[in-house]
Amino acid sequence: MAMIEMRGVSKWFGDFRVLDGCTTRVEKGDVVVVCGPSGSGKSTLIKTVNGLEPFQEGEVRVDGVSVAARGTDLTRLRSRVGMVFQHFELFPHLTVLRNLTLAQERVLRRSRAEADAKALALLERVGLRDQAAKHPGQLSGGQQQRVAIARALSMDPVVMLFDEPTSALDPEMVSEVLDVMVGLAREGMTMMVVTHEMGFARQVASRVIFMDQGRIVEDVAKDAFFGAPQERSPRAQQFLSKVLAH
Amino acid sequence: MNYHWNWGVFLQEAPEGGVRYWELLVAGLGWTLAVSCLAWVIALAAGVLVGTLRTVPGRLLPGLAAAWVELFRNVPLLVQMFLWYFVLPELLPPLKRLLADADPTTAQFAAAVLCLGLFTSARIAEQVRAGIRSLPRGQREAAAAVGLTTAQAYRHVLLPMALRIVVPPLTSEAMNLIKNSSVALTIGLAELTFRARELGEYTFSYFEAFTAATLIYVAIAMSANRAMAWIERRVAVPGYIAGGGR
Ligand SMILES: Nc1ncnc2c1ncn2[C@@H]1O[C@H](COP(=O)(O)OP(=O)(O)O)[C@@H](O)[C@H]1O
Ligand SMILES: [Mg+2]
Repeated sequence: MAMIEMRGVSKWFGDFRVLDGCTTRVEKGDVVVVCGPSGSGKSTLIKTVNGLEPFQEGEVRVDGVSVAARGTDLTRLRSRVGMVFQHFELFPHLTVLRNLTLAQERVLRRSRAEADAKALALLERVGLRDQAAKHPGQLSGGQQQRVAIARALSMDPVVMLFDEPTSALDPEMVSEVLDVMVGLAREGMTMMVVTHEMGFARQVASRVIFMDQGRIVEDVAKDAFFGAPQERSPRAQQFLSKVLAH
Repeated sequence: MNYHWNWGVFLQEAPEGGVRYWELLVAGLGWTLAVSCLAWVIALAAGVLVGTLRTVPGRLLPGLAAAWVELFRNVPLLVQMFLWYFVLPELLPPLKRLLADADPTTAQFAAAVLCLGLFTSARIAEQVRAGIRSLPRGQREAAAAVGLTTAQAYRHVLLPMALRIVVPPLTSEAMNLIKNSSVALTIGLAELTFRARELGEYTFSYFEAFTAATLIYVAIAMSANRAMAWIERRVAVPGYIAGGGR
């Protein structure tokens, strides 16, 4: 069964159509990279998966549960879908440790001791155990993003969403974050990753989705995307030549 | 100016008998502090609640909260004081009967506290709303993404930061409240300005009376300022730069 299933998802902001009949499937263990020009609807698309962006038409299912259905417990669904943001969005007034335990305690009802243990193990994994007592503002961007990944993982998600996780980082910090993401991918985490890091896509993606003007223009296996550029749409070729030039 | 200062006037006995003028001023100071402190508690509680409700999803609650702010902010303070003290009892006969037997000071005090508390709550609500609005939109999304409910997101993520941001503007609201408390003299409450004016009228030592009152108001304002500065330091977030730099 597909971990994420989108069928004909459309969304309007007023008259403006941000998503236009988007359909795709993400199987368990798949890593799907979503790319496309700025404003093409990538963020909006992945935010429909955890219900952060409501939509007017179509259906999104996560592990079989419909996101938009009336009876769906959205907070429960969200706690099973980890999300990492471009600007980290750590909670600045809480220590790194508390950033990782807040939702474990409040949403999953884990005890403080249980949550702490889980948090410290995850911080260890992203190489930041010694920063547990600091506040986010005292860390570098790369460290903050690794904490944000650990925070998402602390909920034991079945799916991880990433929205341009490295585009707000100084260049020298990009790889420390990508390394963590590659590790996750290799362990079999189901991931949807909005990124222009084509190196990451080549390394671990199963498929690449290319979006333009709210539409999924390409949705193909990685090898087809990178290996047969002449078969891609003109827009995708144009985009690829730009991002690969860097 | 060849005015003959007569500072000895404070040691003279007041016509009421048995008390000296300085003691009346101190009693007035007591009422000023009592009214201001109680009104501040009401203003903070109501202001944080109303300011928060202005930012929640939906229409009804933000609409009601907006109406509260417009009502208490736009009617002149003096008019509100008269409404609470003179008009409200006329509209509520049981209240009027109750007050007929009570010490008039009780009614004056209660009216002043409610009036100043609610008037100030509207101003605090606006500050709190602005504080919440100033947080990055991603904070709300990040809180939702880990599965927190809207109420939990406010309690654990949005309000802790918003309230820290509004400490400086709340300091000036506290000062305004203390100064505004002198309006209570219009309904006969014997607070500091009331006593100063009384002293001037009985002894013609207006300059001495109002110099003393001014110095006392300045001292209260400075203490309030220091107290808020202390709070600001206590709750400062390590490494956090206001505005987050984006
Ligand atoms: N709240 C909003 N109201 C109106 N338009 C929006 C809103 N959020 C996003 N948009 C528009 O929707 C389009 C897609 O946005 P987004 O999904 O953020 O694109 P991407 O992530 O691909 O850059 C953009 O043109 C953007 O301006
Ligand atoms: Mg985006």
